[in-house]
Amino acid sequence: MVSAILPLVLEDVELRRQGKRILGPVSLTLEGEGITVVMGPNGAGKTSLLRAMHGLERINRGRAVWQGGAEDVRARQAFVFQTPVLMRRSVLDCIAYPLILDGVARRDARARGEAAAEEVGLHVTLSAPVSVLSGGERQKMALARALIRAPEVLFLDEPCANLDLHSTAEIERVLTAARDRGTRIVMSTHNVGQARRLADDILFLFDGRLIETGSGDAFFAGPGTPEARAHINGDLLP
Amino acid sequence: MNDIVEGLWQAARLVVTLDPGLAEITLRSLQVTVTATVIASAIGLPMGAWIAVNRFRLRRFAIAILNALMGLPPVVVGLIVYVLLSRSGPLGVLGLLFTPTAMIIAQVIIITPIIASISHQAIRELWADYHDLLISLHATRAQRIKTLLWDGRRALMTASLAGFGRAIGEVGAIMIVGGNIDHATRVLTTAIALETGKGDFGLALALGFVLIALAIAVNLALHMLSGTERGSRW
Amino acid sequence: MMFKTAFAALSALWLATAAGAEELKMAVTTSFANSGLAEVLLPEIQKDTGIEVQLLVVGTGQALKLGEAGDVDAVLVHAKAAEEAFVEAGNATHRREIMYNDFVVVGPAGDPAGAKAAGSASEAFALIEEAQAPFVSRGDDSGTHKAELKIWASAGIEPAGDWYKAVGQGMGAALNTAAGMDAYIFADRASWLNFDNKAGLDLLFQGDPALFNQYAYLPVNPEKHAHVKADAAKALEDWLVSDKAKGLIEGYQIGGQKLFHFNAEAM
Repeated sequence: MVSAILPLVLEDVELRRQGKRILGPVSLTLEGEGITVVMGPNGAGKTSLLRAMHGLERINRGRAVWQGGAEDVRARQAFVFQTPVLMRRSVLDCIAYPLILDGVARRDARARGEAAAEEVGLHVTLSAPVSVLSGGERQKMALARALIRAPEVLFLDEPCANLDLHSTAEIERVLTAARDRGTRIVMSTHNVGQARRLADDILFLFDGRLIETGSGDAFFAGPGTPEARAHINGDLLP
Repeated sequence: MNDIVEGLWQAARLVVTLDPGLAEITLRSLQVTVTATVIASAIGLPMGAWIAVNRFRLRRFAIAILNALMGLPPVVVGLIVYVLLSRSGPLGVLGLLFTPTAMIIAQVIIITPIIASISHQAIRELWADYHDLLISLHATRAQRIKTLLWDGRRALMTASLAGFGRAIGEVGAIMIVGGNIDHATRVLTTAIALETGKGDFGLALALGFVLIALAIAVNLALHMLSGTERGSRW
Repeated sequence: MMFKTAFAALSALWLATAAGAEELKMAVTTSFANSGLAEVLLPEIQKDTGIEVQLLVVGTGQALKLGEAGDVDAVLVHAKAAEEAFVEAGNATHRREIMYNDFVVVGPAGDPAGAKAAGSASEAFALIEEAQAPFVSRGDDSGTHKAELKIWASAGIEPAGDWYKAVGQGMGAALNTAAGMDAYIFADRASWLNFDNKAGLDLLFQGDPALFNQYAYLPVNPEKHAHVKADAAKALEDWLVSDKAKGLIEGYQIGGQKLFHFNAEAM
């Protein structure tokens, strides 16, 4: 199933902050199914690109257009931030929060929240304040919160940064399952191994520009640019 | 020094014997200030949140005004309310001058900027935390403010308590608009001013201690209430 | 749950202070209120007439202002010239003299100016000015302040200088200031007798007829302010000039001293 709000078309999108170009111009079309992994060194503009696609950033030049057109397409997407936003609520209320916004009755929202926690493998006391969770648990909470509305497109910004192998594996399992259910996933990662395991498509950013795109297999078999090659090999660029 | 000891002793005696005069003015102090705090909170808390969440042209200006209003001398507020409510003033037909309602109005004007300003500070920090999430989740403006008010409720309670503290100890404005009428608009602070005027420092201090105790009791009671909430839910 | 509790507490507070009887607002001077006579009269007034008199205790100047604005139903003050002007301007229907008390000169027990030996109030003031002894004046345009200025005028003195301190406050606050500075002060007898913080002060001069202090009752003119409770104000006036009021006023004492002299005349 292909999401009705896709394709997302970016035309010469450029972001400037304090007179400095931080992204673009970038043109791309996001469509179809699977997981797209955004790669590139620090400061290449990965986070900015994800946020611009999701509509969190003011675009200075060019435009990003969803098929759905209307602004409420954002409610059919979800975003998992690199540092999970912790609401001052219990774990369960945090996860169920998007449903509360949708007007779902509290009891139903909580029941679905429990199911979502189960789905991502979050086995903690759900009535505890979210601030007591460990790093991995927080990331799972954020993932459960993002998935609870069954988004058509899911963005994740470095979802496994600072997580141990076990947590990383669990999150990858959840992401693969979501993809298999038809959720279109766009994520950034530093972890080349993770990109290799998950990527159906690759977007490679360097200095704010999209310098290489293609299927995951092709990209890892023979990257076309020296920057991408160096990044995959872990070389230190001058 | 003697006066203070005498005052403490007299305060204890008044409280232990449940002096009806003391009970009356204490209740009226509470009635006026609690009502004013509830009204000022109903206005100030959402106002603070609204300013924190929305970007509008005169935002900086609004914040500056709010902060300036925090320092508004109560006597000036009292005078303005007095002139407005006086029979010869624009709202004279309401006949509100020298009633507890007039005192509540004056206190609301005094403490609303305080409550709004403190809640603005608190909500602004929370908004910085929540901003991306709430935008990402496509929360409406009303939902954003509701969420921030609810999740920031303990900081907001502090804002309301700050307003309460300022109002319960206020004398300048309510003296002018209430008139310190026995059995009608006399409250703890105006009674203290009266007894000081009579040179009865012992009784004035006793009332002062009762006022302090009252302020502490209200604060403790609210913190205990919010404490139980934290234990079970957050 | 918290809000419910707060709401319940709030409703209880409101219910606890529901009002009953007919209320009448009367502006009176601090000197009258501080005398303590009101505490004797008001319960009797309520018992006999059913009127709950609410006192606004202010200086004479402000009391007349309140009457002029229609914020009170009646005024009881002591400043004859101002009162007559008040009636003249149509703010009150008439002026009715009720009673008088007197002013006294209070000062440090040591009496450095020798005011005790003066033959008249104006001579006592002249001695104080001569000695440049500290003197606290109300300075608030009250009836007492006006009476004080009248005596300075009769002594031919324009009080000014370091020794003359106008505090701009009520009688009690002015007395506190005088007690703190060991200064001379012009006060009404009632406030002085009821004042608890006498410190080193003593009563030094009294008895000059120039010190008599006439209180008059002024019902606010209902033609100017339709909302005033003219009937209640009339009932209160009738009570104030009654024999019962006379007995209570004449019988009122502090420390064995009679304070007020009833002198209302039948109209």
